[in-house]
Amino acid sequence: MTTARVWQWSGSLLLLAAAAVFPLAFTNPAITNYGVYTLIFVAAASAWNIFSGYSGYISLGHAVFFGSGAYFTGIATRDWHYTGSQVFALLPLAGLVGAILAVPFGLLALQVRRHTFVVMTIAVFFIFQLMAYNLATTGGTSGLLAPTINYNAATYNNPFYYAAFAIAAGTITLSWLIRRSRFGLQLRAIRDDEDRARGLGVRATQVKLSSFVISAVPVAMIGGVWWYYTTLVDPSSGFDPLFDVAVALMAFLGGLGTVAGPALGALIIEPAELYFQQQVSSGYIFLILYGALFLVVILIMPRGILPTAGELITKWLTRRKNGTRPTGQRPPVGASSSEVDPTTDDSQGQSPRASTASGLA
Amino acid sequence: MARFLQAVADGISGGAVYALMAAGLTLIFGVLDIINIAQGILVVLAAYLSYALSVHLQLDPLLGLVITVPVMFVLGVIIQWAFIRRLRGRERTAMSLLVCYAVAVIIEGALYAEFGGTPVTIHMSYATSPTAQVHVLGFYLGYIYLIGFGLAVVAIAGIYLLLYRTKFGRSIRATTQDAVAARLIGINVDRVAAVTFGIGVAVTAAGGMVFGATNAFNPDSGYDLISRLLSIVILGGLGSIGGALVAAMFMVTVEEIVNIWQPTWAVVVYYAALVIVLFLRPNGLFGKKAVRAQ
Repeated sequence: MTTARVWQWSGSLLLLAAAAVFPLAFTNPAITNYGVYTLIFVAAASAWNIFSGYSGYISLGHAVFFGSGAYFTGIATRDWHYTGSQVFALLPLAGLVGAILAVPFGLLALQVRRHTFVVMTIAVFFIFQLMAYNLATTGGTSGLLAPTINYNAATYNNPFYYAAFAIAAGTITLSWLIRRSRFGLQLRAIRDDEDRARGLGVRATQVKLSSFVISAVPVAMIGGVWWYYTTLVDPSSGFDPLFDVAVALMAFLGGLGTVAGPALGALIIEPAELYFQQQVSSGYIFLILYGALFLVVILIMPRGILPTAGELITKWLTRRKNGTRPTGQRPPVGASSSEVDPTTDDSQGQSPRASTASGLA
Repeated sequence: MARFLQAVADGISGGAVYALMAAGLTLIFGVLDIINIAQGILVVLAAYLSYALSVHLQLDPLLGLVITVPVMFVLGVIIQWAFIRRLRGRERTAMSLLVCYAVAVIIEGALYAEFGGTPVTIHMSYATSPTAQVHVLGFYLGYIYLIGFGLAVVAIAGIYLLLYRTKFGRSIRATTQDAVAARLIGINVDRVAAVTFGIGVAVTAAGGMVFGATNAFNPDSGYDLISRLLSIVILGGLGSIGGALVAAMFMVTVEEIVNIWQPTWAVVVYYAALVIVLFLRPNGLFGKKAVRAQ
């Protein structure tokens, strides 16, 4: 193991441990409330990134899975008369529902690329929202109410926290495994140049669809947690266009297509958002601030925190060890198909295109 | 049958306004290769401008276009110049969507701050009252729909004249075909982009005025509008103005027809139509074959 590896591992484990003991250290429910919502978005943003970050297809329809997970959990709880902690047992099923929905959705939407794909996901999203409004089983405009739970008030948030924590940790692990696998390499090849990837033998449709389905599962599960925690899902909160954009913003802020980036973005944005919502009583000022933050992030740091920081560190290390390691191969900023994340070692010291190609062959 | 034909008539007259707003969107896409998702909220902003002018200055909304069109044009140029122009590189598609969305959110917040969330509608005594309608060939058409239809025809004709009869229009078309080549032969692509964005946004002034006179709107209306407009431009084939016109008429008519039997599901049919058409024809009805990209 290189020194960088050791640092990465110990850092990740430390973060994991810190997140695991967080509700034991901070017992104030107002603080653990922040924790629950943040973990919900850590999971959602990381899952979104498994598809959109790695493949470059920007989905603005993942709220379909979030809402469906929430609605499935709600309907099953109501119809099967589940109470208390039993409801958490429904989460794997919610994930399955997300996966099943993702197959036809993906088959339809992945026929097209770029802007058309984005619009396709938005159209499917609106179809689902309207179904939630109009179907008999979803409770229409009033939505679905969760049963009250007789947990102790002081530790009320903890079961939700750990459910969200398990899903978030699982998603990040999955994302990490995919990123270093052949499958992840195929996804990134598609992102860089889909036709060339096909030419090299990548079964693009299959690969894209698989990652779409995989990324739907944690989003649907976390939707179930969210429903049980907020105790209410209605069509406008379950299928919320702001959810899609928030998740995308988190991934962009942290670093699109990196493992830790989306989680980092969620850790920064979600608590800030909750804090602002409490401080600024009127929703419109919050909207203006949110939009402004968005613009600043994209215009100042278009590639996100992790890639930018990683590049700075690499530059600094190179300067220190000047001459001992050839690093001149890195293409200029903004050039096409550059593998920008220096924390992965699969592209270091050689041309990224070459590494992609050799890994696929 | 009579209701069916009435629905078709409503669809065509109502569709013209959507066609106008969609034409702006598709024009921007053609030149800049970005989708301006802020178009929906810009329509609402224009509607509020007309509303404010008519309430506070007692200015007739039609006359108010003399003010709102230039205002929206300048706003469009500013958005392009300040934000869109700076986007470069591989993730430009995604980032342009997010930038436009951010602009939309800011405008939405500002509109809430200024006007609140209560739905309002633009009143024009001679055009929007229930009795202000004309009875032709067995159809009833409100004057406001006729005005909207007329405005749309004039504006679209204007855009066509600009594109096909002026030197500047030729440079817009050249940029649409190949921005790099256009730059090489001396076209000021940045200026073309800014002006095109301005024109694409300026049409929302007319569209917003008619939209505001025919619907009750609040700052939230932008979401519904943009999802419709997106469906229309995608269905028509991105970058094709003619396609946007046909698709707008088609979509609004289909919605009106379904609305006769199934009011709750009319909007679902609208999006389902989009999904089905795209499944069969990934480039839309009139789209050019996509260039090798992603």
